[in-house]
Amino acid sequence: MSGEYMEEAARPQNQTSVFVKRKRTFTLASLGVMAVFAISSAVTHYDVIGGFESVPAAIIWIAKNLVPDGRALSRLPNILRKLTETALVSVAVTVCAGICAFFFSLPGTRTTKTKPQIARAVRVVAALFRNVPDVVWAMLLLFSFGQNILTGFFALFFATFGMLTRTFIETIDEVCDACVEALYATGATYLQTVFQGIVPCSMPEIVSWVLYMIETNIRNSTLIGVLTATGIGAMFDLYYKRMDYGSASMVVISIVILVIAIEIISNQIRKVIM
Amino acid sequence: MAILEFRSVSKTYDKMTHALTDVSFSVDEGEFVSIIGPSGSGKSTILRCINRLVDATRGEIFFDGHDINRAGKKEIRQVRKKIGMIFQHYNLVDRLSVIENVLHGRLGHKSAILGAAGYYSEREKENAFRILSKLGLTEQAYKRCDELSGGQKQRVGIARSLMQEPRLILCDEPIASLDPSSSKVIMDHLSGINKNMRITCIFNLHQVDVAVKYSKRIIGITSGRVVYDGAPGQLTKSKIHEIYQSNEGELITDVG
Amino acid sequence: MSKLAIAEQAPVSLDLHKYMRKSRGGKIKTAAMSKSGIAINLTVLILAGLTVYGFLTFDYKNINFAEAVSSTASNAKVLFGSPRLKYNTLPGALSALFTTFSLGALSTIFGAVIAFFGALLCAKNIANPIAANVIKSAVAFIRAVPTILWVLIFTVAAGLGSVAAVAGLTFHSAGYLIKAYAESIEEVDGGAIEALSAVGAGFWQIVFQAIVPSSMSHMTAWTFLRLEINFTTAIAIGAAAGAGGIGFDLYMAGSHYFDLRELGFITYVVVAAVILLEAAATRIKAGIR
Repeated sequence: MSGEYMEEAARPQNQTSVFVKRKRTFTLASLGVMAVFAISSAVTHYDVIGGFESVPAAIIWIAKNLVPDGRALSRLPNILRKLTETALVSVAVTVCAGICAFFFSLPGTRTTKTKPQIARAVRVVAALFRNVPDVVWAMLLLFSFGQNILTGFFALFFATFGMLTRTFIETIDEVCDACVEALYATGATYLQTVFQGIVPCSMPEIVSWVLYMIETNIRNSTLIGVLTATGIGAMFDLYYKRMDYGSASMVVISIVILVIAIEIISNQIRKVIM
Repeated sequence: MAILEFRSVSKTYDKMTHALTDVSFSVDEGEFVSIIGPSGSGKSTILRCINRLVDATRGEIFFDGHDINRAGKKEIRQVRKKIGMIFQHYNLVDRLSVIENVLHGRLGHKSAILGAAGYYSEREKENAFRILSKLGLTEQAYKRCDELSGGQKQRVGIARSLMQEPRLILCDEPIASLDPSSSKVIMDHLSGINKNMRITCIFNLHQVDVAVKYSKRIIGITSGRVVYDGAPGQLTKSKIHEIYQSNEGELITDVG
Repeated sequence: MSKLAIAEQAPVSLDLHKYMRKSRGGKIKTAAMSKSGIAINLTVLILAGLTVYGFLTFDYKNINFAEAVSSTASNAKVLFGSPRLKYNTLPGALSALFTTFSLGALSTIFGAVIAFFGALLCAKNIANPIAANVIKSAVAFIRAVPTILWVLIFTVAAGLGSVAAVAGLTFHSAGYLIKAYAESIEEVDGGAIEALSAVGAGFWQIVFQAIVPSSMSHMTAWTFLRLEINFTTAIAIGAAAGAGGIGFDLYMAGSHYFDLRELGFITYVVVAAVILLEAAATRIKAGIR
């Protein structure tokens, strides 16, 4: 430490070079972003000016068309039934995936001292589930399950499972390291250490992540629904393609209210448990 | 009679770093031994080799008739049951109550299922309260551990290890995160336990003066080797500087 | 040891009983009663209840579950086990992949620029509280609408093509990044801002001399995370809204040609790209820090 300090004091020009370096990084980064922008627009035939013009036009269109009307109101009970179903699917998927991910993540943690080969295998499997897009799972399941609620369920399940496994491994390694060591030292078994040490100390984080994934899964299940013609996503798609924009807007509004409600409830719960 | 014996124990991490080289010593039942040395010298590796939180690479360790390095899973559990451990950062389950943390000391004595479910007998619970009262923590029994001060947390750590009815207590820097007055309380409790209950105590200590004051024997470790093993009275200034590989005047702690 | 054994046989003194909490059956309680513990138990209980209720009420349409699972398993084996291309070529797939990446990159750039100014207007430590609340509510609304709905809305409002895809992705990105950036800005040390305003620095001077330098690394990390999300969302949108790119190829292979092996090949291309992107992002983030 002191050596470094001396060197810098002896050569004041070092300090200016820090600024020059920062400026250079900034210039390089800006140039890089501009290059990416130019190439990306060219590749996708993105019309920059048209793009900017489209936004106000779209907003005017939305304000004119996406307004719930009388017909939409009569469809509200149906919409709410589908919405409840979507919410329940999201909760069920996330809870099931969370439980599986918790037990699957245990051998992947440093803390529990499993063999490094097993830990690595767990991480690879988790990465696979996380990185295979949920649309691939959806299409694979569509072959056998058809347009069934379980298609969306399992598609979301695999993606959530991969995501939560990685998160739980990091959380457990971060929060439970010390108490696991102590419990092992008392002669506790693996099972005892898990339920008396890891579960109580990681529970708040785990609940918080599960709540976050429930919210995310409601949005994702809309997308999967559009693709697999199930759930609330399909309902929106149907009304939209029939140009029944009033009813479609009712679907959007109901989703928004649900997501915001879940976000507010989750934040309240987090405030108490963390 | 020796309760613990190290016979030329070595430990290397990742085949590169030598944490311990040829460490040999033995500890008699009822002794109060302090291990001192600079950070990274291998002190905490020594303690963790005793209860196999770390596997020694070479050599033999005997504890109470067990050959630690050759012990299977079941035997290690038997060994750990008899050895309490106290940590610098207390290593409690912060979100559980004090009494639950104390009862964790019984896990090694219970069946896997009962322990995992957190089921303890009334007698174990009464016993936990008795130990808490000795450490002056009865009023905190139902508090969550994250509500306690550092000194109180460390007393919970001591209570947990006493719940094990141990033959030996390993103390890994027990007072390194505490203020001087709590440190004294903790050291007095531990030395009382050593004297009154005849439980052998092995300490890792940073503070040379504390080690000299409380222990009957000091082991000095420098880069994984034992360089001093004897009474605190014979620990001269130059010996301390040899252990810490420092020059005159560089150490804050100076023994008078 | 012996003293402890003796103590164990002695009855517990009365004043110790004073401190014990007993259940109705006279057993000593051990659990701590805390607000957070109760909240966690309640949350877990409610979620478990909803899950069970969900499984009981779902409309399964009399599906033969075992058969569907076993055929999915054998399909998965084909999908992951024997990938090959038939309707597509490797250069074609790679160029589609690049299109998808470009959609993600464009929307991330737009989203980041909008979010930077948006965050300045709603970070607690520098913004007007009323304006901040208005913007935060609008952002919460924008984030609550699923990206796919934005894209579908824009396809009708602005016509099908990259404009709709980018606009849809940008809406959600901006909403997400405004929140993230605002949190990074709120973490900036108040002293630095105060010191600059004390010497008479203007708003933009404070922004570029105090806020940007100290929250840059956080913001970059969030931006790259969003780039990764946008890339995967762009794939999904390509499949669900027909917005082109590799996602559309996935959709065609799966739902048009019903070709599992083609689907498998494209899946591997996508997974490789996602992992590569993640690695590159990590590298760049490390370089900036």
